[in-house]
Amino acid sequence: MEESLLAVAILWSILFLYSITGSMDFGAGFWGMVYGKKKDSTASKIANRFLSPTWEVTNVFLVLFVVTLVAFFPFAAGMLATVLLLPVGLGLILLTIRTTFMVFEGKTERFKDLLRITSGVTGVLLPSLLVSILPITLGGFIAFEEGYPQLLYGKLLSSVTVYMHIAFGLSTALFLSALFLADYASEAGDASAYQTYRRHAIWLGPLSLIIAVLTIFTMPPEASWIVENFRDNLYGFGMSVTLFLIGYVLLFVRRPNGQLGYSRLAVVFVVLQYGFAIYAYGSAHLPYMVYPHLTIEEGFTNPTMFNQLLIAYIIGLCILVPAFILHWKLFLKDKRYLKQD
Amino acid sequence: MLARALFGTSMGFHIIYATIGVGVPLMIIVAEIMYVITKDEDYKIMSKRWTKGFAILLAVSIASGTIVGVLISLLFPGFMQIVGQVIALPFQIEIFAFLIEAVFMSIYLYAADRLPTWLRLISITSVAIGAAASAILITDAHAWMNTPTGFEMNANGEVINVDPWRAFFNPSFVVTAIHVTVSAYMTVAFLVGSIAAARLLKSNISDQERHYHKKSITLAIYIGAIMSLSTAINGHETAQMLHEYNPRKLAAAEGLFETTTHAPLSVGGWTSREDQEVKYAIEIPYALSFLAGDRFDTEVKGLNEYPEELWPPLFVHTLFNVMVGIGTMLIGLSFLAIFWRWILKKELPGWMLALFVGGGPLAIIGIEAGWCFSCIGRQPYTIVNVLKTSDAATQANNVGILFALFVILYAILLVVTVAVMVSYFKRHPVETELVEKGV
Repeated sequence: MEESLLAVAILWSILFLYSITGSMDFGAGFWGMVYGKKKDSTASKIANRFLSPTWEVTNVFLVLFVVTLVAFFPFAAGMLATVLLLPVGLGLILLTIRTTFMVFEGKTERFKDLLRITSGVTGVLLPSLLVSILPITLGGFIAFEEGYPQLLYGKLLSSVTVYMHIAFGLSTALFLSALFLADYASEAGDASAYQTYRRHAIWLGPLSLIIAVLTIFTMPPEASWIVENFRDNLYGFGMSVTLFLIGYVLLFVRRPNGQLGYSRLAVVFVVLQYGFAIYAYGSAHLPYMVYPHLTIEEGFTNPTMFNQLLIAYIIGLCILVPAFILHWKLFLKDKRYLKQD
Repeated sequence: MLARALFGTSMGFHIIYATIGVGVPLMIIVAEIMYVITKDEDYKIMSKRWTKGFAILLAVSIASGTIVGVLISLLFPGFMQIVGQVIALPFQIEIFAFLIEAVFMSIYLYAADRLPTWLRLISITSVAIGAAASAILITDAHAWMNTPTGFEMNANGEVINVDPWRAFFNPSFVVTAIHVTVSAYMTVAFLVGSIAAARLLKSNISDQERHYHKKSITLAIYIGAIMSLSTAINGHETAQMLHEYNPRKLAAAEGLFETTTHAPLSVGGWTSREDQEVKYAIEIPYALSFLAGDRFDTEVKGLNEYPEELWPPLFVHTLFNVMVGIGTMLIGLSFLAIFWRWILKKELPGWMLALFVGGGPLAIIGIEAGWCFSCIGRQPYTIVNVLKTSDAATQANNVGILFALFVILYAILLVVTVAVMVSYFKRHPVETELVEKGV
């Protein structure tokens, strides 16, 4: 495999990882907010129990993505940074508010509601903002002024495709988190929270899929190249839809113990669904990082650096995997943590 | 210029939280170990309360760390292009160190009661190692900007012959990394000392609480003394490193214009560009030469060796003085306290406690002055002798809007962090925990 291709595959895998964990994280924050006021519901407790020990780890994946992007593709960083300064800068502000307020909320009585609502709302704005970067890379929103790229905000904000992407990011975050929390509640043996989240997953799943398909039709003429490329990746998208259907049906199958829906399996299938879709999308995006200005080859670093980075990755993963397993056992498996009151 | 202001402000903000984030885990380890040794419940309460405070600060620390990590790519694309090709390794490894810190922090925070003591110690030690490693690795990139190695530039300004590990182990890496780590430990020790001293000065606290705070200030004094002295010894090495690799910065720090042997050390005053001297300063004869080369006849280069447009802003002399001055005062304070309590066998008097209350904030100011000195003293370069700051900064519009927004954000966060800390510890006074411990 070409080195730049390997590099972009690793980068894309990190994006996949972050989009899944980030969606669950932001979505869980939102559900925690929605159910936070209702005294009779444990749904918010479940969401917060998942969030407390995991948000830091999720957050690191975002930094990992940025660092990997700059390290593997330093020549792409320049253009992306200039174009995305404002949207990413705003994203950082939202992320900071969301993170800090979420932690502060648990530590103080005064302003509790204000903190809860602010962190819930900003949390749900974030994935939308992050997803809206995608259409920018597809072409038509960047112009060169005096040799420097500039983002065409007017055109961007008045284009349908951006709002469709935003809707897609939003519905995905809510769907993934609802489905995941349903499983988390089931693991904790909380039947009422399980039903609450399962119900949300049931209406959000098809919605997010429909929005995804509709988004393709709103792509502007400049992005027609990727729609062409989608046709070469029909296998991936087809698999994605199939996996979704299997996972979705599993939510309606009654288990031997009487519980409605195999939530764990559903989560696995839906994560695979997004995996296939994301890799199919990524492969259709090649060879461009930003159409038509930048290809992966043009952005790539020198081979010496790349090899050393690869080694650092492998060593880092060897140390981290056991740590993740311990983490997972303590917070996602351990009944003492899941069932505490 | 705006890009630099925005990034400088962000760093200045992050440094406070990052320093505390590196230092607190060490204090928690010490308290945990003291608990294992003495079986004194007070130490257990101490480590618990520090952990609670740490959790609040960590949220801001992680968020602001994410900000600087992403902002640096956004604001200095010209810089990151070279960084990505030459010194990407420490950034990459730092993420892993950070992940380890985050994972074990969650474990220590939310699973401590389910873990046996040894596993709890391993968790918090991993947090401390992860935190220190993050700081050291990021400092590595900073050190490399001061003493760039491991690559060459060809005539077209392209980077060639990259040797990532030579860049990693650049000449100033080790000294600077030690400087950052021990000074962080020092700062947190003095912050803990401040809080304990402030409580001890109150007349209406119970004996139980008084004992508790005495134990905490004792830990602070010992660690503070060791760390402030190490910082100073290492600071001496740092000066020698500057002398060898970046004499322009040393000259600016000391306001030295003419290259001389037997150079004096100027303390205080400010550097005058017109008169080419440091005004109103106390001069210690030969001291600068000794500082730079361990000999009184060491030749120290002056600013006039360089064209004026390559001089750093001359007020770095003041920043340098603030950093060294505060460091010296803190060494003096901690050793005076040790002398008082263990040689004279007396209780610390009120005036000394009052000095300790000021110690923590002073240490923070010292850290900030040190970072400002190091980064402003590097100007006009971002990467010394390779890349000027003006060539590295972004060409995007809108930096002004972002700058305003971020300044507002930081102001709010500072106020809210303090408010949350105060409100949390008011609602959970140590008194209650001390009373409960016997039950």
